[in-house]
Amino acid sequence: MASLKALKLRIGSVKSTQKITKAMKMVAAAKLRRAQSNAESGRPYSQRLSDVVSSLAARVTVGPQSPKLIAGTGSDQRHLIVVAASDRGLAGAFNTNIVRAVRRAADDLIAQGKDVQFFIVGRKSRPVLQRFFPGRIAGQYDTSEMKNPAYTDAQAIAAEIMSRFEAGQFDVAHLAYSNFRSVLLQEPTVEQIIPVKPTAPAANDSGKVAAAAVEYEPDEEAILADLLPRNVAIQIYRALLENQAGFYGSQMTAMDNATRNAGDMINRLSIQYNRQRQAAITTELVEIISGAEAL
Amino acid sequence: MAELRFELVTPERQVLSTDVHMVVVPGSEGEFGVMAGHAPFMTTLRDGDLTVYRTAGAQPERIRVSGGFAEVGDRGLTVLAESAGE
Repeated sequence: MASLKALKLRIGSVKSTQKITKAMKMVAAAKLRRAQSNAESGRPYSQRLSDVVSSLAARVTVGPQSPKLIAGTGSDQRHLIVVAASDRGLAGAFNTNIVRAVRRAADDLIAQGKDVQFFIVGRKSRPVLQRFFPGRIAGQYDTSEMKNPAYTDAQAIAAEIMSRFEAGQFDVAHLAYSNFRSVLLQEPTVEQIIPVKPTAPAANDSGKVAAAAVEYEPDEEAILADLLPRNVAIQIYRALLENQAGFYGSQMTAMDNATRNAGDMINRLSIQYNRQRQAAITTELVEIISGAEAL
Repeated sequence: MAELRFELVTPERQVLSTDVHMVVVPGSEGEFGVMAGHAPFMTTLRDGDLTVYRTAGAQPERIRVSGGFAEVGDRGLTVLAESAGE
């Protein structure tokens, strides 16, 4: 059985751990609010852009002259998975979930005999992927200096990916990130970003009717060629924002649990400590009394 | 005279969403003015200044935009720009 002193030390150490996790939880909560509003203010743009791209894509007939970003390279042998994870840990299963989704997708593709490579954004996903898929990591974008994802970061990542695409290093690109549904629920998602998936006809009919009478300047194809690379950057930007919000949400939940667990542990240890202290006092009393009686 | 619904959106945030009289947009093939009831129209933009007239005859406001496109529809004018600043 642990001595009184050891117990006291133990309680002290759990208490200071609790202080740390509590502080981290509060920091995460504050940052979450910020990240969430960032993610929300980024949505109108990406929403409009993807509306426009899909309505344009529906009007343009895909032929050999079409931009490669929509027509593809004519093969789907080589896949690139862009894995967006976080740079820091202590956020529960946040990174694990993303990596698991990526592994599942990659295993599927490999089982179909495809070539899979990874492009890493955020360093936490690297070690696991390296272990499971050695030699398949094609590149990395360092986000460790980045506090809040800026559009320029997304542009830089998109430029890197586009240049690899132009150089013919892959045929299909997927983007893996964690979709921020709520503080408690983040959904790891793997989406195809290159080539742009042929989208179903626009859901709202009014938009479609309006699109039919729209005049384009320059023509549809030129606008599309201009918008498609931008669309890639926007998708990456959105993924970074969703990730950021998801990360803080996940961290907040994890730290909240840790704080609560530490509280339980302190309670248990205090009870044990008090019992032992009481037992020691009783023993001492018994000794004194029996000593006095012996006289 | 009806007002034109004008929205200016960048990836980071919604910069403006307001009713205005007229906006002059730097399209890639020439500037064009948009007032309420403009025909549906879509174009890419060149880098330049948006000129916003909040009311007829008002002092124009200039907003620098770069990299984007404009869409005129029944919901008004939407400018999606990669960056926008005064």
